[in-house]
Amino acid sequence: MATTAIRMRKDRTRRPTRIRESRSDQFFMIVTYVVLTLFLLAVLYPLIFIVSASVSDPLAVSSGQVWLWPVDLNFNGYEEILKHKPIVRGFANSLFYVVVGTLVNVTLTLLAAYPLSRRDLVGRNWFMMLFVFTMMFSGGLIPTYLVVHDLGLLNTRWALILPTAMAVWNVIITRTYYQVTIPHELLEAARIDGCDDIGFFWRIVIPLSKPIIAVNALFYAVGHWNQFFNALIYLTNEALFPLQLVLREILIQSNIDPTMADAAELARRRELRDLLKYCLIVVASIPPLLAYPFVQKHFVRGIMIGSLKG
Amino acid sequence: MVTVLRRSETGRVGAVNQRQAPRAGTWRRIRNCWQLYLMLLLPVVYLLIFHYWPMYGIQIAFRNYNVVDGISGSPWVGLTHFERFIGSYMFWPVIRNTIILHSYELLATFPLPIVLAMALNQVRLQWFKRSVQMITYAPHFISTVVIVGMLVVLLDPRTGLLNNFLALFGVEPLDLLGNPDYFRHIYVWSGAWQNLGFAAIIYLATLSSIDPQLHEAAVVDGASRIKRMWHIDLPGIMPVAVILLILNIGSILSIGFEKVLLMQNSLNLSASEVIDTYVYKVGLAAPLPQFSYAAAIGLFRSVVGLILLVLANQIARKFAKSSLW
Repeated sequence: MATTAIRMRKDRTRRPTRIRESRSDQFFMIVTYVVLTLFLLAVLYPLIFIVSASVSDPLAVSSGQVWLWPVDLNFNGYEEILKHKPIVRGFANSLFYVVVGTLVNVTLTLLAAYPLSRRDLVGRNWFMMLFVFTMMFSGGLIPTYLVVHDLGLLNTRWALILPTAMAVWNVIITRTYYQVTIPHELLEAARIDGCDDIGFFWRIVIPLSKPIIAVNALFYAVGHWNQFFNALIYLTNEALFPLQLVLREILIQSNIDPTMADAAELARRRELRDLLKYCLIVVASIPPLLAYPFVQKHFVRGIMIGSLKG
Repeated sequence: MVTVLRRSETGRVGAVNQRQAPRAGTWRRIRNCWQLYLMLLLPVVYLLIFHYWPMYGIQIAFRNYNVVDGISGSPWVGLTHFERFIGSYMFWPVIRNTIILHSYELLATFPLPIVLAMALNQVRLQWFKRSVQMITYAPHFISTVVIVGMLVVLLDPRTGLLNNFLALFGVEPLDLLGNPDYFRHIYVWSGAWQNLGFAAIIYLATLSSIDPQLHEAAVVDGASRIKRMWHIDLPGIMPVAVILLILNIGSILSIGFEKVLLMQNSLNLSASEVIDTYVYKVGLAAPLPQFSYAAAIGLFRSVVGLILLVLANQIARKFAKSSLW
């Protein structure tokens, strides 16, 4: 309520300048709106097309009858997905990786970010160097793989969780957030009341970190959901495959288990395969897109704070 | 420009205050924050295991690694693997592809979010502004696998949307993904489609922090919208743009590897084999993995990347007066 009132007031103060706009400025604004609208349509159109194609008759899609809206609306593709075991299992695995992985990520990130935000931490710059250096230089693919191998994590679920347990970039964003939002006086007041550092972190800092936790959780969760390369190199056991790896086989390499469809004729199977691709694209994109609006309000704020130079 | 300078000054003042904290009783101060060290324990252990241990393992690039002897037991071979890579017939094609692909990406997609943010910043219709933002962010959250999957279905020579469209004009179907000439364009512009809206966020945030008085004063002086964008908005976002540019240049050799790997097929290999995909192929995907050779190529890439980052930072510090460190 308050924000709309402020916005209305702003608009009122701006109105006089808008009336005095020159011809060329008006023309410029029209061009701006047209360009932005075209860009909007360019982003939107492929998305709409894919959703429409996923609920259309596959023959109509492949012969080019579907342009914007579905033709012969049906949900056969989605029913087929539910029957396809690797997809359902991949979906469940991905959910596991997202939930457990994000929990680990957020915990480690907060644990690292808070002490680093404290000015009285002895050796803070030294610790920051330790963190930041990993952003500039890394051991690379092979040495990291060998570490995961030596730890015996290959072909375990931990291989997708531990090697990416924390992102230094997120630690820095979170640390900046703490430096900006948690005043030192708050800590002093809590100390007088007999609160130690861990107590302060647990009772004061965490409850004040909701926006930054939301931003972190969103980025980590989307990262886990979309992650495929670590699964590709660390896992060979199909029972552990996340959805993205299953998708890669079906969408890009076009491998579909021939037994999954009972139909004998090749043409129908091919049609079905194309239909499945559209449906899978939709299904795989829904979870991150669903999560996004929930944290959207925290989101721009979190990015802004993080973008300040620490 | 004025606001920017002021902000960096206050930032520096804060940093100075920090450093002037009392130095007496270091041991007591260390003991006082033992709980903070306890909190840092897990993150530091993670960094040591999964970031610094691999750095220790880089030495296999100078050894002939075999699984039995392990990292420290394998024999030293000096720069053999680097010489082999530089002398190999894959060296120039791989380096060329990497540089062309990422320079093209940087040149094509770096200015666009700035333009988009500046255009959106002019829009006064809040509902329009918000829907453009909401919708153009969305593709950023789609996974690389799905993006490439979309490219595969939309560009399919037989059933894809694009070729169905071209067929209306009597154009013969094109196999875009199987053609090395198109690989770079598809890679770059699908990336622009996916990330442009999202990349504009940071510029929008910076633009909203520009002092409105500057604009008001410029309006009073009769500056047009374009003039104000050029003389107020653009200088206002320059520092952020420079920092992002440095970061982009520093990661120029490593970004987008997953997407390149997914878009790669035997037909477009001549344009799509980059350093990272080559490391993956030699080191992990090959039936006989050559760990040391692949690690050497990876190290070569990391070092060049680091040098580029430092160089870009120096240049930015000198000419744009804004830098990472």
